[in-house]
Amino acid sequence: MLVPVSWLKDYVDIDNISIKELEEKLIMSGSNTETVTKIADNVEGVVVGKILEIVPHPNADKLIITKVDVGSETVQIVTGAENLHVGDYIPVALPGAKLPGGIKIKKGKLRGEISNGMLCSAEELGFQENVVPKESKNGIFILKGDFTLGEDIKKALSLDDYVIEFEITPNRPDCLSMIGMARETSATFDLQINYPKIKIEDEIEDIDSYTSVEVEDYDLCKRYAARVVKDIKVEPSPMWLQMKLMKAGVRPINNIVDITNYVMLEYGEPLHAFDLEKLNGNRIVVRRAKKGEKIVTLDEVERELDENNLVIADADRPVAIAGIMGGEDTEVTENTKIILLEGANFDKTSIRNSSRSIGLRTEASSRFEKGVDPNIVVNALNRACQLIEQLGAGKVIKGVIDKYENKLEKWFITVRPERINDLIGVQLSQDEIADILNRLELETEKKEEKLVVTIPTFRQDLQQEADIVEEVARIYGYDRVQPTLPKGAAWGARTNAQEIEYYTKNILNSIGFNEITTYSFVSPKSLDTINVPEDSFLRRTVNLINPLGEEYSVMRTSLIPNMMEVLTRNYNRNVNDVLAFELGRIFIPHDVPVTTLPLEKKVLTIGMYGEKIDFFSLKGAVCTLLDRLGIKGYQFEPEKNHSTFHPGRCATIAYGNHILGSLGEIHPDVLENYNIDIRTYVADIDFNIILQLARLDKLYKPLPKYPAITRDIAVIVKDTVYSKEIENIIIQKGGELLEECRFFDVYKGRQIPKGYKSMAYSLTFRAGDRTLTDGEVGKVYDRILNELKERLDAQLR
Amino acid sequence: MKEKLQEILENSKEAIASAKTLSELEQIRIKYLGKKGELTLVLRGMGKLSKEERPVIGKLANEVRTEIEKNLEENKSVIKEREKQARLESEVVDVTIPGKSFKVGRRHPLNLVLEEIQNIFMGMGFKVAEGPEIETVYHNFDALNAPKDHPSRDLSDTFYINEDIVLRTQTSPVQVRVMQKTKPPIKIISPGRCYRSDEIDATHSPMFHQIEGLVIDKNITLGDLKGTLDIFAKRFFGVGTKTKFRPHYFPFTEPSAEMDVSCFKCGGSGCRMCKGSGWIEILGCGMVHPNVLKECGIDPEVYSGFAFGMGLDRIAMLKLEIDDIRLFFENDMRFIEQF
Repeated sequence: MLVPVSWLKDYVDIDNISIKELEEKLIMSGSNTETVTKIADNVEGVVVGKILEIVPHPNADKLIITKVDVGSETVQIVTGAENLHVGDYIPVALPGAKLPGGIKIKKGKLRGEISNGMLCSAEELGFQENVVPKESKNGIFILKGDFTLGEDIKKALSLDDYVIEFEITPNRPDCLSMIGMARETSATFDLQINYPKIKIEDEIEDIDSYTSVEVEDYDLCKRYAARVVKDIKVEPSPMWLQMKLMKAGVRPINNIVDITNYVMLEYGEPLHAFDLEKLNGNRIVVRRAKKGEKIVTLDEVERELDENNLVIADADRPVAIAGIMGGEDTEVTENTKIILLEGANFDKTSIRNSSRSIGLRTEASSRFEKGVDPNIVVNALNRACQLIEQLGAGKVIKGVIDKYENKLEKWFITVRPERINDLIGVQLSQDEIADILNRLELETEKKEEKLVVTIPTFRQDLQQEADIVEEVARIYGYDRVQPTLPKGAAWGARTNAQEIEYYTKNILNSIGFNEITTYSFVSPKSLDTINVPEDSFLRRTVNLINPLGEEYSVMRTSLIPNMMEVLTRNYNRNVNDVLAFELGRIFIPHDVPVTTLPLEKKVLTIGMYGEKIDFFSLKGAVCTLLDRLGIKGYQFEPEKNHSTFHPGRCATIAYGNHILGSLGEIHPDVLENYNIDIRTYVADIDFNIILQLARLDKLYKPLPKYPAITRDIAVIVKDTVYSKEIENIIIQKGGELLEECRFFDVYKGRQIPKGYKSMAYSLTFRAGDRTLTDGEVGKVYDRILNELKERLDAQLR
Repeated sequence: MKEKLQEILENSKEAIASAKTLSELEQIRIKYLGKKGELTLVLRGMGKLSKEERPVIGKLANEVRTEIEKNLEENKSVIKEREKQARLESEVVDVTIPGKSFKVGRRHPLNLVLEEIQNIFMGMGFKVAEGPEIETVYHNFDALNAPKDHPSRDLSDTFYINEDIVLRTQTSPVQVRVMQKTKPPIKIISPGRCYRSDEIDATHSPMFHQIEGLVIDKNITLGDLKGTLDIFAKRFFGVGTKTKFRPHYFPFTEPSAEMDVSCFKCGGSGCRMCKGSGWIEILGCGMVHPNVLKECGIDPEVYSGFAFGMGLDRIAMLKLEIDDIRLFFENDMRFIEQF
């Protein structure tokens, strides 16, 4: 909402308040500003001139030579503008003048002809192109009316002004008007507000002999009022009116349209003018459109309507889409003689739906859909008639047609000053609170300790005590409320699950893995890319009805595609070694299509590639994590059928009956899908199970008192024998004395028969109560060796 | 005999003094004091001496031995020290050569900032609450007093799964869930992912993160809201940070406010980051609307509370001076490793 400060001054005396103070205080009372702009900033030395003569330029087809009277003298100025006529008043930048963008005007010659100054466009005076009147567009700013020649343009057009752009929150549609902002200003600075005095000097004849109005659908049209004005003279508005509109961001069109716009900006009530003679049957019917009915709107677009669109019709056809836009057929033109001025109040939801269904949003519809006070309708109409009369643009016909069945009355809210104080944290007296509310035009009546507040109909946002609390707080000033702290004895902490998550991230960070974060919605094709089988449960996804695109259309059921994308992106950007993890949610529907909230499961995905990285790097990282999380007794089982992974380099992580996840080298087919040619390793871990298994509590175990004895054992076994089988035997037969069994080498090649491998382990023996002897250890060692021979056909190397 | 001993002493003195290494010194020790050493040989020849001479020479021989040993020992420590010095000199390294690197992984910058914020609030007694990202329309809108025809419910703003289920557009539904199942006092923050139908560009992402807070208890005031968030701002942005609370509008709070902080880049004098105003808008907040309390089964006549919410992505961008939100979701390691 653009508010010229000069317009605000029509209603509130703020002459002694600086622009800075005005802005800051209004912000602090709830009217946040977007921008504050000084009109015609950096314009100096521009005066009003009058074109006396226009002759062609002898040396240039596109230039003309003008003689301009600037009061003290007549100057010759060459210009390329095409919209000039002799007698036009125009802004003239004389030599020495300054224009925005650091332009300085000097005496000079253009194609051999003297040019002592420059004629200015509205844009050169600082206006946006979209508010410049048609006849001044792409040319010189033509000034309407009589002016003192040589007068500074800033004075002549009241350009010494600021425009404040306010951010109006959706609860305050009443502030989408000059009067609304004047009320806020008045309340903020505790100043009196002066409403426009509406008086029509001369009313003739009787409206009933001109027209009639019938409202068929009162549910959608709460009020419809009309006035008629005849002897209309359509012409450009006087400069003061044009300037007000232009500063407020509206392009002047002609006096009638400008007046309706002026009143809309002033009161917030959109008005519309029909050419009464073009209304069939000279009457208005407010009704729902019939399906298939058509109308060409003012923007020259034919629109097809249905029962969801409320229309203003004449005897035969729609002549306007209610609250949105008028029809072209009944538009006010230069030939219009009699107008019907409409002031109405429409149901906001209906206007919103109607506007959406035809895909047209206008200044009027955006106001109606936020809600307009139905009780300002007639005031606004009368104000428009007053202005028409003042400008001599027509004669007002006596009488107002006003269809208003269920009048909206003021309502009352009873508030407790004590409660207001308690919520804000202040100690205001009943009188102080009443005073604040009165500044907002909320009348108050004391009723014992309480206050009964009367709510005017323009404040439809005020419905209960809490709303009044805010009014008191904001006018009193949030900045005057002392900061305090809640008194309760609350203690803060992470939950156990949050602690495990935090700890997990710390462990992974500490061993070099970076955390990543990726979108929860993915392309359904992402599952193809990681070779998920057609019948996999991962393909039962939660789908969005209105995704941004297929790429973001389903909620992820696996983090592997996201991880692969990140690894690929880094690989393509030549990042050499990548260790990454994501701890995030996947979304598993209970039913497809979804009828209940899906299961949101936490998943940990770890991914890596790099020069020295292999399957065992990944496995080592996973084991480190599980060990640090206090999870013991998990197993790695070979998995040959996971289609995402290399069949010979994939394992399932098992824990009792639970599957903690899978890990392995990514299948070459998948790598090909991502177009990446480096071995890549990914682990996919069910974090919900981790949360149940993790034990962060630690217990002390005494440090060993007696020395250990270390023996290495290397055996030759068939290739098909898993290390785990060997380890299990070592652990079983090692008994209590075996402290640790650590794998350290696998060897194939010379000295080892084909189909066999050599596996080497380092065994540590220790007793808690004595120093072990070689003999004792030897016995255990032999037992282990014999068992390996017997069960695995192992040979000592 | 006497002369012989004197000579041995003199010779050894000379030899010891000229010894340069510990091994030379050892050679000298063996030469004089070893089993076949010169002094040993002298002592062995003592049997030939007379009864009277024996104690005199013996005493002298012992003195010579002690003297040699003492000289050896003294020189030994000198040589040791010299050798140590020589070794140290030979072991000089170029300390300006870069150190060997130990790779430490990093938190994602969004979570880095989130954890910092969490820690501040946990220190003020807040617990951390979580809730589903796929939510019911009831929890995401209705229970939060959002008008039925509010534009934020539109298909153009909110991602729908079906007409009753959406991707949450805010973390506020977590507040609803907590209020519905917990008796006050309540003091939580709820961080998490949110989704809105925004096309991706440098400042918009259809997935983003919020942190909301909620305090419900008896006698909670707007002053408590100001005090709590003021402490947060000072701890997060720096002790000198000032806060400004401007009235604003949100359907689920009344009164409502937006909080600005004095620009932490320029300190309030105006710069590019604060667009010259000296203030940066950080969060929305307010006193929980009685309609919301009622909907959640909390009596607004007994309890009151405040709520606040901020966009994590935006705050992280401001704090870390990141100019493109897409960087968060690209996960380039060179980006993540900067933090």
